[in-house]
Amino acid sequence: MAKVLMKGNEAIGAAAIKAGCKYFFGYPITPQNELPEFMSRELPKVDGCFVQAESEVAAINMVYGAAGAGVRVMTSSSSPGIALKQEGISYIAGAELPCVIVNIVRGGPGLGGIQPAQSDYYQATRGGGNGDYRHVVYAPATIQETVDLVMESFDVADQYRIPVMVIGDGMIGQMMEPVEFNEPKRRELPSKEWATDGTKGEREPNIINSLFIDPEELEVHVNERLEKKHAIITEKEVRFESYNVEDADVVCVAYGTTSRIVKNAIAKCEEEGLKVGLIRPITLWPFPDKAFEAITDKTKGILTVEMSTGQMIDDVKIAMNGRKPVYFHGRTGGMIPNPDDIVAEIKKIVGGEK
Amino acid sequence: MQERVIMAGFGGQGVMSMGQLLTYAGMIENKNVSWLPSYGPEMRGGTANCNVMVSDEPIGSPIVTEATATIAMNRPSLDKFEADVVKDGNLLINSSLIDRKAERDDLKVYYIPANEVAVELGNSKVANMVMLGAYLELTKAVKVESIIEALKKVFGERKAHLIPLNEKALAKGAELVK
Amino acid sequence: MALVFDRTKGLTDKIFHYCPGCTHGIIHRLVGEVLEELDVLGDTIGVAPVGCSVFAYDYFNCDMHEAAHGRAPAVATGIKRVRPDNVVFTYQGDGDLASIGTAEIVHAAHRGEKITTIFVNNAIYGMTGGQMAPTTLIGQKATTSPYGRTKEHSGMPLKVSEMLSTIDGAVFVERVSVHNAANIRKAKKAIKKAFEVQLKGEGFGIVEVLSTCPTNWGMTPVEGLKWLEENMLPYYPLGNFRTPQEVE
Repeated sequence: MAKVLMKGNEAIGAAAIKAGCKYFFGYPITPQNELPEFMSRELPKVDGCFVQAESEVAAINMVYGAAGAGVRVMTSSSSPGIALKQEGISYIAGAELPCVIVNIVRGGPGLGGIQPAQSDYYQATRGGGNGDYRHVVYAPATIQETVDLVMESFDVADQYRIPVMVIGDGMIGQMMEPVEFNEPKRRELPSKEWATDGTKGEREPNIINSLFIDPEELEVHVNERLEKKHAIITEKEVRFESYNVEDADVVCVAYGTTSRIVKNAIAKCEEEGLKVGLIRPITLWPFPDKAFEAITDKTKGILTVEMSTGQMIDDVKIAMNGRKPVYFHGRTGGMIPNPDDIVAEIKKIVGGEK
Repeated sequence: MQERVIMAGFGGQGVMSMGQLLTYAGMIENKNVSWLPSYGPEMRGGTANCNVMVSDEPIGSPIVTEATATIAMNRPSLDKFEADVVKDGNLLINSSLIDRKAERDDLKVYYIPANEVAVELGNSKVANMVMLGAYLELTKAVKVESIIEALKKVFGERKAHLIPLNEKALAKGAELVK
Repeated sequence: MALVFDRTKGLTDKIFHYCPGCTHGIIHRLVGEVLEELDVLGDTIGVAPVGCSVFAYDYFNCDMHEAAHGRAPAVATGIKRVRPDNVVFTYQGDGDLASIGTAEIVHAAHRGEKITTIFVNNAIYGMTGGQMAPTTLIGQKATTSPYGRTKEHSGMPLKVSEMLSTIDGAVFVERVSVHNAANIRKAKKAIKKAFEVQLKGEGFGIVEVLSTCPTNWGMTPVEGLKWLEENMLPYYPLGNFRTPQEVE
C-alpha cells in the first residue's frame, strides 16, 4: 500500500480497524481526542460500534464486557483518564481477557498539563490497578511503528488473553508522519471458546470472572495461570532497538519520542568522536533486560533519559544489577529534553565528572 | 539536505496547513518528513505553530530546536522564534503584520508583505501560500509541482477551483525573493 | 402423581449462599423462570454485581459475566453493543446500583441500552455487614448509622425508580416487592415484561424489587417481611412508572 500522511491519533484508529477491531468505547480528553473522533466516524462504516461512555470508568468496563463477549475491542485516554481506567484494567487482566488500551501520556500529577510526558511509566508497567498482574506495554517512537504495534497488539492480546497497552505522548498523538499500512504478520490464535456469547443450549455456561474467594484457588489462579503466562511473554515478546552498545563509552537508554531526541544527541557526540550507544525498549513490560547483557566493561556509565523525574531508571538499574553506574537526565511537566543538554550529560560521564 | 522549519502565526493564518502542505509534498518526493503541531489552549487566540522536517536522512527528533528557517506570520511569532534559527538560516517575516525588523544580524532575513500581496491576488487567505512560495524559492526544499499535487489531494474535487489562486500566490511569493 | 412444581432450568444446581430468609433466592428463581419461559436461556448473558449477589454468576444457568462494584450496566452495554441479538441483563443490589454505580445506571438508561436490570433494594449493604445504603430509611439503624439515619446528616433515601423514570431512554420502570405470594406473582409479571421490552428492542428496562435482609436488619425472616411491608412500602410505593405501549 502507498504511504499516507497521518496524524498519530488517527493512524492508531486506522491500524486498529485494519486489525479487525470494530468496537471502541471512550471518553474525551486531550491530547487523544482525534482517536475517538476518528473511530466515531469510521466504525459505523465497517458495521462496528463506537460509544462515548459517561466516564473513563464506564468506558473500560464496556471494554471488559465486549472483550468477554469475544470481540476485538479498544479504548484510549490520556494519563488522568488512564488512572480512572485502572480498576477495569485489573479486572480484565484478572479475568484474562484480551483488549487494547492506548495511553497518550500527558504531564501529571493530578490534572497536570497536556504536553508530552513519560510520567506514567510506573502506572503502565507496575500494574496501576490492584493485585498481582501485568500487561504488555508497547512504546513506539514513530507513527509507522505505532501503526505496526497497534496491529500486532490485538494479536498479542488474543494469543495470551491479556490487555495490551500502547503508550505514546502528545507528540505521537498530534504529529503527522508518512505511514504504510502493511498486512500484519498473522499469528496462530486460539479460538475464543470461553466467550460469553450465549450457550445456544449447546454447551455449559461460560463465566467471565476474576473472583476466587477460596485463597487456595486464587493462589493457583495467580501463580499457575497469570504468572506462568507472564513468564512466557517475558521469554517471547520482549522487543528493543539497540545501537552501538558493544563499543560505547556511554550507553543511553530512552523510549518513545525521547529516544528520537537522544538519537540527535548521539549524532552530535559522534561528530566529536565520542562513542555513544543506545538501548531503546520497545516493550516497557516485559522490560528488555537482555539488551543490557551486551554492555561491556569498556562502558563508563549508563544515561537514562526520560520525560519524567526518573521511572524507567529503576528497570535499567535492575537490568544492570550494579555492573555500571546509572545516571539520569530528565525533564518534566511537558518540557522536552534538549539534545545539547543530553550531550553535556554524556560528556560529563566520559570525562569522569560524574 | 535537511530542512527544519518553524512556521508560526495567529490561528486562522493557515500556518498549520502551510506546514502540512510542505510535509505532504516532501512525502510525495519520497523524502523523510514529519509535521509536529503545537496543541491545546495556546491554540485558541495565541500563536499557533508547527515544526516541519524535510530530510534525505531518517528523521530523529521531530522537534525543531535549530531551525534552518522560520516563517513568522505575526509579531508574537517573530518575538518567540527568531532566536531558534541557526546562523545563516532563513528568517521570513510577514511585513504586512510585523512592524519591526529582525534583531539578529547573522541571518538571511526577507521581508514579505504577504497579506497585501494576497489581497491583490483577490483573497487574503492565501498569505500563507505567498510565504511558502518565497520559502521554496529560497531553499528548494521541495518542488512547487509537489506542493500543487499535495494541494489537489488536500482540497479534493470540491475545492479544486482554488488551486489556480494558490498557484499564483506561490509564484508571487517566489518572485519577491528572487 | 402429577408434577405440580419443578425447579426452573434457569438456575444451576449450585446451592445458594444466601442467609436464611433472604429474598434473593426468590428473585433469582423468578428471573430464571422468566428466562426459561421466554426460551432465551441459550441467548442470555447475565452480569453479576459486587454485593450479596456477587456469586450470581454461579446460579444462573446461562453465560455470566462478573462486574466491578457498580459497573454492571457499563459491562452490559459492552456486551449488548457487541452482541445485539443476545439477551443481556444485570442483577444489582442497592449499594451497587444506587451508590457507587449511579453514573453507570443513569447513563445506560439515558442511552436507552437495550438491557434489563433487576435492582434488588433491601435498604442496606448486606455483604459487607450491614452498613447504611443510599436507600436506608430515615431512623433505620445500620453499622454506619448506629443512631439511625437522619435527613440532616445523610439526606432522604434515594428513590431509584422515580429518578430513572424521568429519563427518556428508560422505557420500562416498575417497583415490585416479594414479601408475600401475591406480590411475588406481580414481581414475576414485571420481570417478564422487562425482558419482553428488551426482546422487542424498545430500550432500557428496570425492575426494582423490594427485598429483605433479616440478618443485617437483626430480625427473624417473618419479622423482616413484616418490616418491609410496614416501613418500605409507604416510602417506596409499588407500581409501574413506565411501560411502552406495545407491551401493555
